[in-house]
Amino acid sequence: MSNDDGILNAGLEGVPHSVLTAPLEELVKWARVRSCMPATFGLACCAIEMMATGGPHYDLARLGMETFRASPRQADLMIVAGRVSQKMAPVLRQIYDQMVEPKWVISMGVCASSGGMFNNYAIVQGVDQVVPVDVYAPGCPPGPETLLHAILTLHDKIRTGELMRRPGEGAGLVIEQRDGQVDTPVTLGRRGDTPTSGLIGVERSAS
Amino acid sequence: MGYLRGFAVTFRQIFQRPVTTPYLIGKGPKAPKPERLHGRHVLNRYEDGMEKCIGCELCAGVCPARCIYVRGADNPPTDPVSPGERYGYVYEINYLRCIHCDLCVEACPTEAITETKLFEFSFTSRADAIYTKDELLVDEAGMPKHLPWEDWRPGEEEFTSGWVRATAPAGDASYEGRVGWSGELGFGVRAPEGDQESRDASGSAGRAS
Repeated sequence: MSNDDGILNAGLEGVPHSVLTAPLEELVKWARVRSCMPATFGLACCAIEMMATGGPHYDLARLGMETFRASPRQADLMIVAGRVSQKMAPVLRQIYDQMVEPKWVISMGVCASSGGMFNNYAIVQGVDQVVPVDVYAPGCPPGPETLLHAILTLHDKIRTGELMRRPGEGAGLVIEQRDGQVDTPVTLGRRGDTPTSGLIGVERSAS
Repeated sequence: MGYLRGFAVTFRQIFQRPVTTPYLIGKGPKAPKPERLHGRHVLNRYEDGMEKCIGCELCAGVCPARCIYVRGADNPPTDPVSPGERYGYVYEINYLRCIHCDLCVEACPTEAITETKLFEFSFTSRADAIYTKDELLVDEAGMPKHLPWEDWRPGEEEFTSGWVRATAPAGDASYEGRVGWSGELGFGVRAPEGDQESRDASGSAGRAS
């Protein structure tokens, strides 16, 4: 334990790992996995499949996700279902900012993930330029089982990941938080370590 | 007392079988898939192990999402990779762009690229989503490669190859019921799908496995 990272300076993030905190961490992760409430954020045709996943045939409630929350403040998972236009991007970011930590993002469908076949001026080419994405679900649209696969992959990520730090491989952009939750700018990407190379179309400055 | 009838409706449903598909990763059966569902691609081989892809880039040209990148190279004369003059030296598909329209399968002159029924996969990193030729090409036995983020079930490889193309090249109805493709590794030359009338009569209604 170093004093720089102590609980007084870094908050809960500074709590060192120990025998005592390990079971608590497991418990917290267990609870997070089993009550991952998604926000209602359907943008296009993918939302139809998202609704089908919530319906009785695929039944998201089996995974403890129950209903889609109408308010982002009650949600901790944003399923970006559909293409994000340039005009929608600030709204998307605002909804993301309004969600409470811890929060995760699933980019559902190719339009949200990379723009898909809409490679034009109107569509954001990948929602990870706006928010950090945890899991990408491919397909146009992804079927309910693909979305379930993405959600279960996210559950694995929550279960095996760090409690406080969430490495997300985003586009590496620096974005100011709009609501003043954090006064330091948020970098979309891995915090602290070197940016991963070889990502498509993303030029990174070696800083 | 009219509201009791409403409760009775709810109560009756308790004894009915649930309709839920109990799908989870690696557990629980998948819902039956339509026979012509378009899933992730494979690159096929001939029965002698040669690659079918000749690097013509027609798939890349026809792709509406521009998700395919192909670079052909001349076959080495001593150890050819494909029976043609050229072969696919680089073959990449970006699954964060692919919309599974199957136009690449339609365009391919050698039926090198076909689509499987696998649609249960998701990525935690963008780099995983770009499938290279190594990942797309079937193995020595003609079976597709199983990647860690894909949920393959036993028997799903059956729906992997050129056989999934219902009729013949370009979907011409006059080729219905005739074998229009060459033999392939692991499966040989398969019987074609029956014509529409026989399928209607047998009542299979286009459901596979």
